[in-house]
Amino acid sequence: MPFSAQPPASGERYALSASLDNARHLSSLLRAVHFQDHATCFATALGLRVTVEDAKCIQANAFIQAEIFQEFSVQEELVMFRISLSVLLDCLTIFGTSSLPGTSTALRMCYRGYGYPLMLFLEEGGVVTVCKINTQEPDELLDFDFCSTNVVNKIILQSEGLREAFAELDMTSEVLEITMSPDKPYFRLSTFGNAGSAHLDYPRDSDLMEAFHCNETQKNRYKISLLKPSTKALALSCKVSIRTDAQGFLSLQYMIRNEDGQLCFVEYYCCPDEIITEAEL
Amino acid sequence: LSRIGDELYLEPTESGLSLRAVNSSRSAFASFLFAPLFFQLYDPGIDGPDAEVFRCKVHMKSFLGIFRSLPSLEKSVGKCLILLKPNASHLVLQLHCKYGVTKTHNLAFQECERLQAVFDIQSCASRLCAPARVLVEAVVHFPPTLAEVTLGTGAGGKISLRNYVEDEAEQSKTMVTELWLAEDEFQSVAVSPGSHITFCLKEFRGLLSFAEASNLPLTIHFDEPGRPVVFTLDDTVLEVHLVLATLSDLESNSQAPSTNGVSHLATPSDDFADDLESYMAAMETSEAGEGGPPSPTFPLHTPQPAESNPEEEEEEEEGAVPGTPPHKKFRSLFFGSLMTPGRPGPSTTQEVLAEDSDGEC
Repeated sequence: MPFSAQPPASGERYALSASLDNARHLSSLLRAVHFQDHATCFATALGLRVTVEDAKCIQANAFIQAEIFQEFSVQEELVMFRISLSVLLDCLTIFGTSSLPGTSTALRMCYRGYGYPLMLFLEEGGVVTVCKINTQEPDELLDFDFCSTNVVNKIILQSEGLREAFAELDMTSEVLEITMSPDKPYFRLSTFGNAGSAHLDYPRDSDLMEAFHCNETQKNRYKISLLKPSTKALALSCKVSIRTDAQGFLSLQYMIRNEDGQLCFVEYYCCPDEIITEAEL
Repeated sequence: LSRIGDELYLEPTESGLSLRAVNSSRSAFASFLFAPLFFQLYDPGIDGPDAEVFRCKVHMKSFLGIFRSLPSLEKSVGKCLILLKPNASHLVLQLHCKYGVTKTHNLAFQECERLQAVFDIQSCASRLCAPARVLVEAVVHFPPTLAEVTLGTGAGGKISLRNYVEDEAEQSKTMVTELWLAEDEFQSVAVSPGSHITFCLKEFRGLLSFAEASNLPLTIHFDEPGRPVVFTLDDTVLEVHLVLATLSDLESNSQAPSTNGVSHLATPSDDFADDLESYMAAMETSEAGEGGPPSPTFPLHTPQPAESNPEEEEEEEEGAVPGTPPHKKFRSLFFGSLMTPGRPGPSTTQEVLAEDSDGEC
């Protein structure tokens, strides 16, 4: 149900103002990166980016393009603030999280600028809720400097094949080891837990494999506790791209189709726990 | 099997793969024997009659974890390979899934001695056979927390099931449920009238669910109180046995308990009811004969195969190894007493050897 926004009082300019007919388009994506309490929000003319980090090892970004919103306007080149993601999610889902067909929560978001709180107007079935969430000074964020030219190995998989694997990862293992190779086992996920080791192999000619570009054999280990939250993004997505660079840094990019069929992206970057060089393999 | 014990024993034999479990108090034992025909490929790796049989045990939870979600297994797994190579350090379980995906689990295992409860179905005086459904519907009347149930045979071939209340004094305070099943509910009834046995319902429920799911009739073999009750399921490719200890009767004091028999068995982990030794006497039949006191020291070497009852399974042993885990002493022994860990001790006692605070004589 379209929501007619309260027009800003004359003379007031909002650094960021946006309207969304279905707040779930935003909340479900934010949930996929909600593994820390706080997040940094970036708004540009292109859209909204929400970043969450942990342990200086892992970073997750949720992208919601401007086109997803019914209205999206940014007055400065870049609007940036830190906010409690937990509180933001609680507000966005204030009318409940169950998605009944035909009902949706409409959202209007306003941010006046540095030092001001983020204002949310949420409406469902004629009931309006106004939320004011304090914003903070943005933290310095990690720059993984992960660019396509440094990519050594890349595969694109249909998420369906990985969902169960990630949900059932042996959490008694400290690490998740990812092997990518032009030779067998091609793509392997390994855990080393209390019961013993487990390996999940995906052959390069599997129906799940949409793209397979592995140039050299790489085996990298990542702290499983850091990667486990990415399971939420995996659950929402239809495809995932897995890339590693020469240092073993991992990039996971999830393509998510929302209820209206629009595409959004979530990405996770993770640094390796230990680097095993080819010589040690 | 996980309802019985924490460890899964695997034993590949010529007649199939046997999976077994025993509970911590040694009052319940179960074995599932899958015939070679059950498998697409079965190679027990036994070359010749003298070849050493490889036996191992793994943590039940680790093994079960591999088969965690049955619905998704049915949907996505095509084949399962269980492989143990000579001198391997892990047991390999490999699931071949949809889309060419392979899931390989390397499980740590421990080599072990044969786990076998000694029991003899042929010598049981009574036998009942019923479709699992009949027993499921009977058992549903008892609360899920009920520990023991008494199965009895009455006049006119009727079979009764009644919850067991241990303390006489509490009888008036607890709800007693008793139900009677007519002879025609069973597929076959061959019982000695007026007999009854009391066994642990919890351990039985596990087998009952399996029987119901696999639609197999359940046969119950039992004898006097104190002697184990054996539940069996039979299929062309599967043979299941569940052996449970039963409570010995206060009244049937026919066998004089012997101190000798029990003393060497008093290991720290076990609290024995003295009704044990009457059963033990029966256990050591192969060498000591019937009813007499068992030998003071537990034979660490198995009785000669020639002397053992042909119905009983052969026990192959390599002899005692110093420092072997205590439970190895019990490999061929099956306890007739009902022991529930955590309780001060079974209340029905004859002459108590290991006295508990409530010891009655």
